[in-house]
Amino acid sequence: MFVFILRRLSQTALVLLVTSLLVFAGLFVIGDPVEILISPEADQIERERARVALGLDKPGWMQYLLFVKNAASGDLGKSFVYGRPALDVIFERMPATLELATVAMFISIFVGIPLGLYAGLKPDSRIAKGIMAISIVGFSLPTFWVGLMLIMLFAVQLGWLPSTGRGPTTEFLGMQLSIVHWDGLKYALLPGLNLALFKLSLIIRLTRAQVRENVLLDYMRFARAKGLRKSRVLGVHLLKNIMIPLVTVIGLELGSVIAFAIVTESIFAWPGMGKLVIDSIFQLDRPVVVAYLMITVLMFVFINLVIDILYSILDPRVRLTAAKN
Amino acid sequence: MRFLQRASSALIAALCAGSALFASANELTIGLSAPITSLDPHYHNLTPNNALSLNVFEDLLSTDEFQNIKPGLAESWRNLDPLTYEFKLRKGVKWHDGSPFVAADVLASLKRVPNVPNSPASFAVFVRSIVEATAPDEHTVILKTAEPNPGLASDMTSVRILPKAIAESATTEDFNSGKAMIGTGPFKFAEYKPGDRVVLVRNDQYWGEKPDWTRVQMRMVANNATRVAALLAGDLQMIENVPTSDVKRLMGDKNLAVAQVVSNRLIYLHMDSNRTQNSPFVRTADGKPMENANPLTDPRVRRAMSMAINRDAIVDRIMETVAVPAGQLLAEQFFGTSKNLKVDKYDPEGAKKLLAQAGYPNGFQLTLHSPNNRYINDEKIAQAIAQFLTRVGIVTKLETMPSNIFFTRASKLEFSTILAGWGASSGDTSSPLRSLLGTFDAKTGFGAANRGRFSNAELDALIAEAAVEIDTEKRRAKLAQASEKAIEQMGLIPLHYEVSVWATKSNVTYVARADQYTLAQEAKLKK
Repeated sequence: MFVFILRRLSQTALVLLVTSLLVFAGLFVIGDPVEILISPEADQIERERARVALGLDKPGWMQYLLFVKNAASGDLGKSFVYGRPALDVIFERMPATLELATVAMFISIFVGIPLGLYAGLKPDSRIAKGIMAISIVGFSLPTFWVGLMLIMLFAVQLGWLPSTGRGPTTEFLGMQLSIVHWDGLKYALLPGLNLALFKLSLIIRLTRAQVRENVLLDYMRFARAKGLRKSRVLGVHLLKNIMIPLVTVIGLELGSVIAFAIVTESIFAWPGMGKLVIDSIFQLDRPVVVAYLMITVLMFVFINLVIDILYSILDPRVRLTAAKN
Repeated sequence: MRFLQRASSALIAALCAGSALFASANELTIGLSAPITSLDPHYHNLTPNNALSLNVFEDLLSTDEFQNIKPGLAESWRNLDPLTYEFKLRKGVKWHDGSPFVAADVLASLKRVPNVPNSPASFAVFVRSIVEATAPDEHTVILKTAEPNPGLASDMTSVRILPKAIAESATTEDFNSGKAMIGTGPFKFAEYKPGDRVVLVRNDQYWGEKPDWTRVQMRMVANNATRVAALLAGDLQMIENVPTSDVKRLMGDKNLAVAQVVSNRLIYLHMDSNRTQNSPFVRTADGKPMENANPLTDPRVRRAMSMAINRDAIVDRIMETVAVPAGQLLAEQFFGTSKNLKVDKYDPEGAKKLLAQAGYPNGFQLTLHSPNNRYINDEKIAQAIAQFLTRVGIVTKLETMPSNIFFTRASKLEFSTILAGWGASSGDTSSPLRSLLGTFDAKTGFGAANRGRFSNAELDALIAEAAVEIDTEKRRAKLAQASEKAIEQMGLIPLHYEVSVWATKSNVTYVARADQYTLAQEAKLKK
């Protein structure tokens, strides 16, 4: 296990280096940040001054080497736009995105798995057909449209929930969180639901397919024949066996919910990281974009590691040392 | 499908009914359309930042909604001689921490402006002409310039004044944390959540008219549709930059009020008037490179292009009447415009004749480049223009791209014809004349954004004369004359002026401002 984790970490370092190089080169080719950031009325002297102030007067390769040198000591540079360390700018927005992701994953898992189980166990019932129909809708409607409809329905028309923004925050475990109180949680419900819709549909369909496959297998018949209680057959035998693909998908989706919540964040004016990174790309704020992608890479690596460990817990046949590739 | 039907009927109902939720009467929540990048008023010269800082800080001079200069922290100002300005400061003004405002604060603020580390768009241009700043007494400031600078008063509407101690020691980070947010303005700073909101509370010691609001929240809601929905839902009482497609609908809603005004932003075409041959995106009528001519250098061709464009149709159909057709650099009510300049009439036949006169009876081929996320409906406008030009024989292809790519390439002169926009923050024609039409020269600072490299010696001379003309009326005439010269030569083709639109709940009124600033102080509660 230790060797396994060590190997993973060394792979990660390589991935980070490659990512940073790609992003750096990509943004370098796109354009000149000064053209975007500076007031259009600035004259040539002012433009040159800004270029020097941001370190953009040096050749590209030198800028990259400087970046790598500083990154090695944990300094990913200062944002061009905000003038503050890029990591600070990102971490400041992170709690907002994390709690939105939490709400969304909570909805997807705790609504999705029971609905999927039901649809898998009673595939011919009307309710099951209804569930499947909804999951198709959830798959196929574009997020931004659904988001606007949710706002129109629940905020403008019914007035039950606030339309946009993040609620009042309170200090919780050292982070500024809004979802620990109802006052703040109600702001997160609509964006959370909007973000969850796609994952929810995915989980329903995946669970259903797994259940349909597994109920026919011998171990299920055997468990039933032994006269086990129905709740034990479903809750322990079945659930544990359908979990491996589910955990994989949930893990990857968790990553994508955190990293790419951009559409939902902009529709609901949610002050998270997704909004930040899109603005940063448009403004060519290279330090923020590079730092963000490196964090994203780290996060995906970490999630994958956790998934691998979870496999071995869920299925004793999986041994981590065997996962050589 | 039933879900769809219900959702869309909810939408329709919402549009008809609106909603009557109001927050507590003395609280105002405003939806801003762009994020604020920093609270440091001397860090990043950007409209959203500048508008926000004006709620908390003030300048020596301020501007009204038409950008006319009026007293601010200085009660009066005058020229002692062409090189010397005297500002008499307002007495009895207090900083938010209670200490009195004095001349030393002004001197320290002017000193800080060019020395803010890492500033991506510095305010240094506004103080660059000042060679000496002195304070003979606590309420007088004397500014000396090396050359006559009639724009100094206007410059002083862009330099926020800070308390001396803060100006001398505060970092950008101190402003973002709120520690240094001490001004003299109508509101005190309360809270800042980056990317989310800024909260302000009323300054009860304010020297001017007290604001109607005890507490103001400025929320950043960048998505247009969401901003409108949040206004309808009552979560916001006021929004800026109403999308053109929603303006008519919101005007028809009796729970809402709409305020609009012609802005200082011109949308225009800039043509490659520099290369006399082989302009990168100009081809002969049969598609060959034009090796020994560039039709875009001929003023007649540029005039023909202007006559080929039906501006009324663009304003009417694409901008949904939320724009004004343009015949010069700024709308007529601004300083330095000319009454003689009219919008070019749509005249495709005349355009064809003019093209033939210029030696292009069969027209030529052209590619128009435009950003697609920078100006209101920029891509659609460019499409329409490409079609109008094609109709008179200039077969035009269109290529659009995000602004971060567009401006980099345009500044490297990679294009032949571009669509772009210009906001004259000083509210007079000197800024577009100097930056867009003056001959590109790093020494004079002319032509910094002249991406067509248009150059005309007579025009340069007029701009240079206006730049040192202290007498207001003479300066106005000089700038008008320069505008006429620029349009006569068609240094750029003006298309339309953008209109800025605010929408409020019907119990709130806002006076629309040409500088596009959203100021909580100017929003009033209807009594």
